[in-house]
Amino acid sequence: MVRIQDLPRKNFLMPGNAACPGCPETMGLRYVGMALGENAVLVIPASCSSVIQGIYPRSGIGMPILNIVFAAAAAAASGLKAALEIRGLKDAQVVAWAGDGGTGDIGFQALSGAAERNEDIIYICVDNEAYMNTGIQRSSLTPYGAWTTTTWTGKKEHKKDVPLTLIAHRVPYVATASVGFPTDFIDKLRKASKIRGFKYIHLHAPCPVGWRFDPAKTAEVAKLAVQTGLWILYEYENGKFRISPLSRPYRDKSKRKPLVEYIRLQGRFRHLKKSDIAVLEKYVDEMWEFYTKLEEIYK
Amino acid sequence: MEEDHLVLPLSRPAPGAMGKTGTWRNYKPVIDQGKCIKCLLCWLYCPEATIIRHEDNSVSVDYEYCKGCGICANECPVKAIEMVPEVQGGA
Repeated sequence: MVRIQDLPRKNFLMPGNAACPGCPETMGLRYVGMALGENAVLVIPASCSSVIQGIYPRSGIGMPILNIVFAAAAAAASGLKAALEIRGLKDAQVVAWAGDGGTGDIGFQALSGAAERNEDIIYICVDNEAYMNTGIQRSSLTPYGAWTTTTWTGKKEHKKDVPLTLIAHRVPYVATASVGFPTDFIDKLRKASKIRGFKYIHLHAPCPVGWRFDPAKTAEVAKLAVQTGLWILYEYENGKFRISPLSRPYRDKSKRKPLVEYIRLQGRFRHLKKSDIAVLEKYVDEMWEFYTKLEEIYK
Repeated sequence: MEEDHLVLPLSRPAPGAMGKTGTWRNYKPVIDQGKCIKCLLCWLYCPEATIIRHEDNSVSVDYEYCKGCGICANECPVKAIEMVPEVQGGA
């Protein structure tokens, strides 16, 4: 894993952008800059990140960006990659940077199409588990029990497992990451940039505004999601599935922190009953059982 | 040059796309340089890029743009960063 001291000093995120205090997306964008540097070209559909850029004539993000409609991030990135190649810019690394809604709901057909065509792009889903910039509406990636403005009493369905659907597309590289573990995310991005074909990274990004927690705790909540076993870090590379070293200890249930430590920091889970927490705990166990088996199958 | 008259909807990267965001702050992070061990965790986790990393890996804060979220103070392993109220008795 890369050492913090060895990370480049250059900033690809401009201070004074429009993000809320404690924003996980600007953290993630900084890590994209650190990992890919000058080569990154972003494609951003409607999302918080299109707001973060701020007001013309200034941009809060120090990378070239093509802003595009909600449904078209992967399609536009495919076209942009082809255009850059024709112009001889072979080093350019096209990165589609979309939210959970732009990936799992509205952008899903474009994503699935680009994955099936094995387009040479990196697709990053910044998953803050709801439509945050329009006012915290539920998405298909909102977890069970979470309050949003469209699920007042808590969502009744579980989170859609988008990275698993990408594994089902048999693309060259699928990984999960978290803003709580930046060096792991940067390593995965650098690895992805050396692979030709479709690369997908799912970045877990706790949002203080939508999840109702203190903005100082963004990284802490992100780390707790991994340490409680709720968010599993893994890599699927050329047909091989491997749980990442940071998540591996939590295969053993006794090593995991209690799930309530993660839940009680967040206002969106405040109304949860004991029975709801039991549903989430069961979900964590089932996820681990499934992914441990998947590791055996794809070893 | 004809190009000077072209108006393109093209923003260029610059600090302060949303103005001086330091004014959003209720609490400001103050670093105790004596306690700092130069681990750079605050610099790494800062969502705003307002922790300035110097040549010798010591750090300081860009108060012009720091939004005061407090992640740096929360993540500091030696508690060298304190969040101080901007207005006495306020915030």
